[in-house]
Parts: sequence; structure tokens; C-alpha cells
Amino acid sequence: MAREGLTGSRIRERRVMAALRQADLAREIGISASYLNLIEHNKRRIGGKLLLDIAAALQVEPQTLTEGAEATLIAALREAADEAGLSGPEADKADEFAGRFPGWADVLARTRRRVAALEATVEALTDRLGHDPHLAASMHELLSTAAAIRSTASILAETKTLQPEWRDRFHANLHEDSDRLSTSAQALVAYLDAETTAENAASSPQEEVEVFLAAHDFSFDALEGGGDPLARIDDMLSGEATLRSPAARYIAKAMLRQIARDAHALPLASLRAAIDDIGADPMSLAQHLDQPAGRILRRIASLPEMGTGLVVCDRSGTVIFRKSVEGFSVPRHGACCPLWPLFAVLGQPGMVMTQKVSQLGRAQAQFDCFATCEALAAPQYNAPPLVQSVMLLVPVPAGGSAGVPVGATCRVCPQDNCVARREPSILSTGV
Amino acid sequence: MGKHVVLVEDELNIAEAIRFILSNDGWRVETLANGSNAVEVIRKANPDLVLLDVMLPGKSGFEILHDLRADPAFVDLPIMMLTARGQSRDRELAHKAGVSKFMTKPFSNAEMLEAVRELTATV
Repeated sequence: MAREGLTGSRIRERRVMAALRQADLAREIGISASYLNLIEHNKRRIGGKLLLDIAAALQVEPQTLTEGAEATLIAALREAADEAGLSGPEADKADEFAGRFPGWADVLARTRRRVAALEATVEALTDRLGHDPHLAASMHELLSTAAAIRSTASILAETKTLQPEWRDRFHANLHEDSDRLSTSAQALVAYLDAETTAENAASSPQEEVEVFLAAHDFSFDALEGGGDPLARIDDMLSGEATLRSPAARYIAKAMLRQIARDAHALPLASLRAAIDDIGADPMSLAQHLDQPAGRILRRIASLPEMGTGLVVCDRSGTVIFRKSVEGFSVPRHGACCPLWPLFAVLGQPGMVMTQKVSQLGRAQAQFDCFATCEALAAPQYNAPPLVQSVMLLVPVPAGGSAGVPVGATCRVCPQDNCVARREPSILSTGV
Repeated sequence: MGKHVVLVEDELNIAEAIRFILSNDGWRVETLANGSNAVEVIRKANPDLVLLDVMLPGKSGFEILHDLRADPAFVDLPIMMLTARGQSRDRELAHKAGVSKFMTKPFSNAEMLEAVRELTATV
């Protein structure tokens, strides 16, 4: 079958889809059934008024019956076939495929373009040194200087009969290079530091949401007023430039709904009044206000004046929400320290755990942790509840009794002989 | 003795250290801090060994390596590359271009000397 003549095949396809008999369509457009049969079998070229008439009778756009309009689409399909190693007669049928299943063909072509774009991104991320000229240059500088220092130092250490003028020369070089090493190391740290400012750090949807929530101090007056919050949430999200990806909007929407539910049951104003009355102990507040402990913890985290941190994880232990607090690091990538009270309560829904902890590391800040685990949905027979854990971190002043030491993540944790260690630390003291 | 090596390295202190080590081992060391005229210098010198940094002003070590290997006279010349970019892609690139040995910085002097001796064992 000549590929140029596929208009006929498309007409036949559309006619069958419309459940029209050949004779009926032929009569409607004023040609003989046998002539239409020839057209449908691509034995007669067709164009002009007759094509328009057929398109009208079949209630389709004339372009869907002709080639050409789909040239780009067909080219994309051929590329896809080529990349997948499809060859021979099947590969030559790209235009037939596009003609008969335009929707599916479009899906395939768009998927292929998306794959190409994602492949480019993956390559960029995995080859960071090659794609981040500044980082590559900094590393080059560091390694070059280290090479010079290593060679020079080992000459000084190992050459027993080094003449004084050479020795002085190498000492001077060593001095110069060590200066250079510290300068370039500082520059590298400054560069990496600058990169973790909030805006640049938002590279995943979860991080976009965290930036968005942090910009609002984790509290939204618009959701405190009662009434129907859903429409307001949509309004709030539509005006948000920080939430770029659809995934980030999806996550943000779920979080704002949770905040709205909490706000409906326990407005911040009521919580503040109760704190004035009886103090900020979460358990006392839960009893006093007759509210679940998880909600109390989340609501306290929404009070900017408390300066607390909050971490939420789902039943798999995946951190799904974080409100950062200075001195307690929640790893962005990779798994957290299993010693956190957050995870300790996962197996005991309803229990509220409190523990003073301090995270090992440079800061050594101490926190009163309050953690609880609650079921997300109404109970069902014989089904383990889908739960999530909430942990509130209340900074406590230095001094007093030491907190239970916990880490952030094993790789950067200096703790010796830890029963919970999953992998060695990159810090020499922890191995 | 009297073996001749051309060292193309723009880090002066590294060049100085290498020159010292190789001189002590009996090599005549000719150093060059710029890539642009390296190929002509090496052609003229016709050395027993070339030590080549990758990142050079003027012309990269890869280009120099490529130009040298394209010349039938230098097909078998031992060429060792020194680089502070130890990425596997660079290593692959260098091997494709016909490098004899690829060494990442910072290397130890003993390591470097051993590699030099190995490369020139038949010279």
C-alpha cells in the first residue's frame, strides 16, 4: 500500500467508527458506492470539495483525513521507533498509526519528548561536576593545591640529603600552597552554603512546599476564620509563584486542608487563650481543650511566637512534613535517625511520648520532644490503621540535664557504637 | 641515564616538585607551563616520556594528546596524564585518545615515580 494514499484508509476508519454503510455515505455525498470503495482502498486520489464533503458527512475536520497536518507527529513517532529499535515494515507504519489512532499517537510522541527532556535532566544531575562550572573549578583548584602540597611535603620528609637552598625553596612553596588551600576551601564552603538558601534549595516538590509554608510562617490567617475553606485554599494556591510544579501544588493543597481542619477544630486564638491559662504543656492542653494530641502539636507549631519545629512522617517512616528549627537537622535526602521519638511512637498509635533530646553535631541544641502517632482514617475491621506520627520540637535553654543523644542521619553522625547505625559515618570519629 | 621527559604543567609548584623528583631519578626534565605550543616543543624535543596536565592554558591536555597520537612518529611515545578532575568520563576520554597512563591528583611521589619507571621500562 502506498503511504501517500492513506487518506482513503482514514475515511474508511472514520466511516466504520460512525457506523455508516459505504452505500449510505456515498449517497450522502453524491458519488457511487463503487467509487467510494476505490477511494477507501486508496486506489483513487481525493482532495478539494469531495474531501470537504466527506469530512462534513463524517463530522470530522478535513485535516484529520489528510496527511501533512501530522508531519511533526509522524516524525516524532519515527524517532521513537528508531530509538526503541523498531525496524522493518512495522516501523514504516508510523503515518498509518497516526492516521488511525491520532490520540494515542500524540500520547506516544509527547511521552517521547518528555523522556528526552528527563534524560537530559538526569544526565545534568548525575554529572554535576561537569555541569556546574563553578563547582568543577573549585574542586580542581583544591585538588591541584593538594597535589602540590603532597608532593612538596613528601620531598621534604623523605629526601635525607636535601640541600638547604632546595629545602628553603620547598618550604616557601609549601607555605604559599597552604595559604591557597585554605582560601579555596573557604570559597568552596561559601559557595555550597549560598546554594542552600531557601530559594535555590527548592529542587523537589516537597522542598517547594516547605519554602512556601516557611514564607507564611506556617500559619494562615485566611484559614482561621471558619466557613468553607476549600475555595479559599484554591485562591491561595493560584496566586503562589513559589509553587511551580503540579506535584508541589498537590502537596500544598493537602497540607492546607489539614491546617484548615485543625483551625476549624481549634482556632489559634483559642489555643493562645488556653496557653495563657494553663501554660504550653501539650498534654495538659490536649486534656483541657479535649483535642487529640496530634492536633495540639501541629497547632503549637503554627504559633510563630513559640519558635518550635515540627516533623511528620507516614507509616513507612517517610518524612512528609517538616518545619525546620535551628539546631535540629532533618535530612533532605536519605533516611533519618531511627532514634527520634517520631519513629519510636509509630508502633503505638495514641501514645504520647516526651523526651529531651539533643542532636549530635556542631550546634548541640536541646529540645523537649513531644511525639504521638494517630490514625488517619476511620477504623475498619481487621485492617491495621493507616497512621502518621507527629513530633514537636520545643527548644530548651542550654544547661540542665543532658538530652538523649540522637543523630540526623548516619552518614554525618559522629556517635560511636550506636546500635541503630545503618552505615558508617563519613566523619572519621564515627567509624 | 640521560633520559628526557617533557612536563606540561601550569601549576608551578607541582612542576617544581615533579622536576626535583625526576631529576633525582636521573631524568633531564624540560618543563612547559602553557599548552598552546606544547606539541611543537615535544616534536622538537623528541623525549622518552611526556607528562601532561589536563587543564592547561592555551590548549587542553586532551587536544595535545590527540595531536601527538595523530603523528605516526609519536604513536608509541609513553604519555602520562595528570589531572585534578578524576571523573570517569575524563578517564575514558583519555584512554580513547590513546593515553598510556592516567593519574589523578593528588598522587604520591612514589606512585608517580613508579608509573614513570613502568612506562619507560623498555626505553
